[in-house]
Amino acid sequence: MVNGGGAFDSLGRVRVGSVVSGSLTGGLEVRLDPEASIEDIKVGAFVTMQGERQRYFGVVTDLELGATDDSLRLNPPGLSDPLAARVFAGTAAYGSIMVEPMLTVGADAEDGPQPAKTIPPHFSEVSLASEQDIQDVFGEEGPGHFWIGNPLDMETRLCLNVAELVKRSNGVFGKSGTGKTFLTRLLLMGILQSGQATNLVFDMQSEYGWMGYSEANRQVKGLKQLFESRVAVFSLDEESSRRRGLSPDYVVRIGFDEVDADDVRMLRESLNLSEVAADASFELERHLGGNWLKKFLDYEGGEAFQELASVLNVNQAALSSLRRRLARLERFGFMDDKTGHNSVNRILDYLGRGMHVVLEFGRYGNDISAYILVANLITRRIYDRYQELTERASGDDTQKPTPLVVTIEEAHKFLTREVAGQTIFGNIAREMRKYNVTLLVVDQRPSGIDDEVMSQLGTKITCLLDNERDVDAVLTGVSGSRKLRSVLSKLDSRQQALAFGHALPMPVVFHTRDYGTEESYREFGYMDEAELQAQTERDIEELFGPAR
Amino acid sequence: MVEKSQNGARLGEVVESTSTGFTTHCYRLDELPPLGGLVRGGETVQVYGIVYAASTRSIDPARHPIPRGSDVESEEDVYRDNPQLERLLVSEFQSVIVGYRLDDQVTRQLPPRPPRIHSFVRGCAGEEVREFSASMDFAPLLLAASTTAQDEVLAAFLRLARDSHPDPDGFLVRAGRELVAHFPGQAQRLGGVLRRLAW
Repeated sequence: MVNGGGAFDSLGRVRVGSVVSGSLTGGLEVRLDPEASIEDIKVGAFVTMQGERQRYFGVVTDLELGATDDSLRLNPPGLSDPLAARVFAGTAAYGSIMVEPMLTVGADAEDGPQPAKTIPPHFSEVSLASEQDIQDVFGEEGPGHFWIGNPLDMETRLCLNVAELVKRSNGVFGKSGTGKTFLTRLLLMGILQSGQATNLVFDMQSEYGWMGYSEANRQVKGLKQLFESRVAVFSLDEESSRRRGLSPDYVVRIGFDEVDADDVRMLRESLNLSEVAADASFELERHLGGNWLKKFLDYEGGEAFQELASVLNVNQAALSSLRRRLARLERFGFMDDKTGHNSVNRILDYLGRGMHVVLEFGRYGNDISAYILVANLITRRIYDRYQELTERASGDDTQKPTPLVVTIEEAHKFLTREVAGQTIFGNIAREMRKYNVTLLVVDQRPSGIDDEVMSQLGTKITCLLDNERDVDAVLTGVSGSRKLRSVLSKLDSRQQALAFGHALPMPVVFHTRDYGTEESYREFGYMDEAELQAQTERDIEELFGPAR
Repeated sequence: MVEKSQNGARLGEVVESTSTGFTTHCYRLDELPPLGGLVRGGETVQVYGIVYAASTRSIDPARHPIPRGSDVESEEDVYRDNPQLERLLVSEFQSVIVGYRLDDQVTRQLPPRPPRIHSFVRGCAGEEVREFSASMDFAPLLLAASTTAQDEVLAAFLRLARDSHPDPDGFLVRAGRELVAHFPGQAQRLGGVLRRLAW
């Protein structure tokens, strides 16, 4: 009927077209209704398709213009012919979208969404997903479901299942300046608020704990400022922390006696050590015993050194280059001659009390050797402790330690193919949840990270990436990666990300939740002083009745 | 006495009828409906037709009209001076059947039976045209009319129907989009029809 036909389906969603062809693996072709404008539909948008027995949930992966009549392509209606142009647009010259079927929602809503194993029949009605659909699929905001952003062009709050998230290691990727840090900060807050796990953050640029900066160079609050009583900031560089107005809960010092040959081997690349030199550190450790590093660095040149080289059966040049390179560690202000430091135990104490720990690197953040050394050294000991606790608690779930999420940045520098097998982070990523310790890897060059580690990441959230190899690395092993690739390369460079994996029923592109405004802080339950005062007064009133 | 009303001036009677079309003999010389006009014949089953051809000729095929106006000023004077012409000449028009109305229900298909001979034929206007042109389902019937000027007739019908709709441009777009399906692989031809309707 010329006059009939609405643009809404039976449930009030905006109808866009109908399924005309396609396959489960190749995606479905949906021809748009003449009334639907192709410009209203964006790649990554969600659609629902009403089959006969169930509803399908899919995502738009491509858009296309076609014509039933080739002559329209060769001889399109001109400017002088507006009627013909309007008539043919949407009919003989039509828009179509490619939809990847993702989930099915049965008639019985109790089942929850299931991965799509079949496709809707010909001419099934296709509509844009409503806010309610999104909530049905991704869950409603609430305990255990953390609001991370909004699906593109929608108001609905898109939620991550935090319990699922912390069960496995996760990754946040994206080019520099695309919002990785903001996204990571949000994830940390989500984990913190849910109480599902504790965080240990190796904060390279000192931007998570106390005050960070947005791309526009605006100050934003860190974790400690919003959740003061639940976050402890440890610092390697007290001076830098104090300059920024923070008095750290603990100033971390690391004794030379705490450094193992294993830790030195980790530094091979950043200190530019040869294989021989790196192996020599094991010999040294065995030969010199406790506090070997300090003893070694204290060696004068000359005869004693020659003797050491011959005892260890190591080339003297290699050994002296090892000493020269390791001497750099002496320049780190946090390294200490004294023995008996217990920074690791302090961190464990805090974590044991359910506190979240952010370790700021201050000026050492610019030195990748310092970062690798400290992160590796601390994590290894913490991991050992968790392993012990978990094994002791085996058979008694109540005794198990709270899951721990370790956040590391610049992961490609120490999860490379060469060393991933040897580092503690490689172990955590592989053995995962067995010992209740998982990783949150934040990185801009995912292609540099070991494939095996990448493949073990449960949930990946990625901002814009445009290097082919990085995109490959992130999408390897994901079903429908070819289509996700087109979505990924079209992301905005700001506040947009693609998330997929364990904590989400299907891949989704979203606009990251705002962070940095007063309103956004309030969403996290933050109150400024005046509000806090008012709240206190209200509480007093509630407790003791109105003041007389 | 010929009945006149705003909707449905009586134009004449059916003198030839087939399943797909009918010929109407006009009551008055030259009182022909416009090309592409919607007409309706019959009483119980009212059959709709679209005018696709018209002619005026001598009643007696053996007697041809001859020129009569060499001494007069205007064409009107010829008819005034020769009142017998009204009786000797006849205007006829042919319509292609595009639908019918039964129990106040409009169907845009061929009726079970064509209109009877001597069925009264009226012109349609206003509301009735708007109602009928709400769908273009009749297009295949019109496009099967045995005339070489089908596109002209269709354009003429749309032009007349356009004026009966409150939103003429909107009507043309909707009608055009429906017609696309009836011109498979002939977008340029339909484009030609639409160009005749220039806004």
